[in-house]
Amino acid sequence: MSAVSVRDVTVAFEAFRVFDGLSLDINEGEFIVLLGPSGCGKSTLLNAVAGLLDVSSGQIWIGGKNVTWEEPKDRGIAMVFQSYALYPRMSVRENMSFGLRMAKTPKPEIEKRVNQAAETLQITHLLDRRPDQLSGGQRQRVAIGRALVRDASVFLFDEPLSNLDAKLRNELRVEIKRLHARLGKTTMVYVTHDQIEAMTLADRIVVLKEQKVQQIGSPDEIYRCPSNLFVAGFVGSPQMNFIKGRLKGGDNGLEFVSGKRRLPLVGYQFSQKQRADGEVVLGIRPEHLTVADVGTWSDFKIDVVEPMGADTIVWCSDAEGSLQVRTNGCKGSAPGQHLALGIDTTQVSLFAANTGERL
Amino acid sequence: MNTIEPQGCRPRRLTVGRVGVYAFLLTAALFILLPLWIMIMTSLKPMDEIRLGNIVALPTALTFEAWSKAWSSACTGLECNGISVGFWNSVRILIPSVALSIIVGAINGYALSFWRVKGANVMFGVLLLGAFIPYQVFLYPLVRIFSMTGIYNSLLCIILVHVIFGLPTMTLLFRNYYLGLPIELFKAARIDGGGFWSIFFRVILPMSTPMLVVATILQVTGIWNDFIFGLTFAGRQNLPMTVQLNNIVHSTQGERAYNVDMAATMLAALVPLVVYFVSGRWFVRGIAAGAVKG
Repeated sequence: MSAVSVRDVTVAFEAFRVFDGLSLDINEGEFIVLLGPSGCGKSTLLNAVAGLLDVSSGQIWIGGKNVTWEEPKDRGIAMVFQSYALYPRMSVRENMSFGLRMAKTPKPEIEKRVNQAAETLQITHLLDRRPDQLSGGQRQRVAIGRALVRDASVFLFDEPLSNLDAKLRNELRVEIKRLHARLGKTTMVYVTHDQIEAMTLADRIVVLKEQKVQQIGSPDEIYRCPSNLFVAGFVGSPQMNFIKGRLKGGDNGLEFVSGKRRLPLVGYQFSQKQRADGEVVLGIRPEHLTVADVGTWSDFKIDVVEPMGADTIVWCSDAEGSLQVRTNGCKGSAPGQHLALGIDTTQVSLFAANTGERL
Repeated sequence: MNTIEPQGCRPRRLTVGRVGVYAFLLTAALFILLPLWIMIMTSLKPMDEIRLGNIVALPTALTFEAWSKAWSSACTGLECNGISVGFWNSVRILIPSVALSIIVGAINGYALSFWRVKGANVMFGVLLLGAFIPYQVFLYPLVRIFSMTGIYNSLLCIILVHVIFGLPTMTLLFRNYYLGLPIELFKAARIDGGGFWSIFFRVILPMSTPMLVVATILQVTGIWNDFIFGLTFAGRQNLPMTVQLNNIVHSTQGERAYNVDMAATMLAALVPLVVYFVSGRWFVRGIAAGAVKG
């Protein structure tokens, strides 16, 4: 039984169809991240699951119950918003207890649950403050606390960290992950456009683009075997290098050829048998290129060096165009220097040039 | 060469342009204030002094007789109880009308902005259309409707009229204010299990203070200054102050008592004046708070 199941759902605003027959199954206790650029429909999907948006057709099941026509409050969900959405005229305690008070929960029970949630999130000392007396990070903690108090089986997060600065974002990200582990069987659906959040938090990532699911898989799968050019380009920073070329039959199997650059594809797992002479795009992540004195490809010249502390991004180019290389040292990294690149063939991705699909 | 190194505050210089600006502002202020000055001075003079024609001059024999006469014994037609009757009538019309029109407008705006009722835009359009049609067009049909339902010429009738005609503006005001509030607040409240009324009274209304202040000022001044509705719908027993003032000014026998007229006018204008003085600060703040995300 899955915790959340979206079955053939269509959402339409007047004539414009946001989703057309989208289906998605989320397991109990799973941390699912909906990842995509803005406008891809991820928030719309979340709102439809929450019941804040009517679906035109299809069903939404939560916890083995068809909740398509249920009110948001009856779906057993809690939601955290990007803008925190704290009630400005209520204290933190009142904010957190609002849902329970609406549900006419007995007072001692409310007290207990609010205190428990506050302790979990370390906001006990803030309980009597008003939202405008809190910092951004504290506000989002309160918003999470308000969701926690509801004792829901499914948590929905709508870009909860996007309004925070980088440091707080990292802190809260870890906190959310910890929370998920502690709550055990709680399902979390998390919407973000930040691929780092997606990679670090998710059990499974759903990559969306233009209202269509591009790929569903573990962060590792998404990163190592992106199913198409869009996923390959969207996930990973710095971006994957893309090189246009063709497939040619070589001495031992197929070979990728782009001008002077050649790469024998020994050890590459094709999804189906390929014929030679197709237009393809080769994708190589910057960390799968190595700087060497003698490498697979030579005659590169360094354009720009970006030291990032832990590692260094080297932009280098040959006659065909430029590539990004992630190195961990600073050795030999001065603009103008010449170098050769080594390539790990097992780690590259190949896509059909016309469809963008993985080969 | 001895030049001063620029440092700190830039020195202020009186330029021709600046003098011109001040001159213009001063003239404009005088232009507005002069009639008020003349009214106050006239109301504080006995008739002998007024006849001399020095309308701007200070009174030589200061007297408040005109004020007390205007308040309690000036004749408004056949009765001679002053304008105080009208004052209390106006208060009785004002308080329920203002409260009702604001609350109904706020609920309207809330329903139109957050709940996105089907056909909300059409309804809003129709409501706005109402705001652009001159009131006079409605007078006769409304009189007919009210007299058929039997509430014509009553306090209820005039209150209803004020609520109805206040609706378009009040709805517009609150709808636009609510559209500026983050929709997530409403979504969060729905997930927390709030219904139509509980979200309105517990979440939305407490956030509406700036608009409530603005709406109150608009409605108090508007309803207090109303003449034609009061005259048409209130009935003889409930004529508001503005109508009574008109009666005082126009029903003089013999010599025209300018000082009493002026005093009565000042008394009638007092309430909006006080509202502006007390809440002017709030008024501006309310508009600003509505414009910038609060």
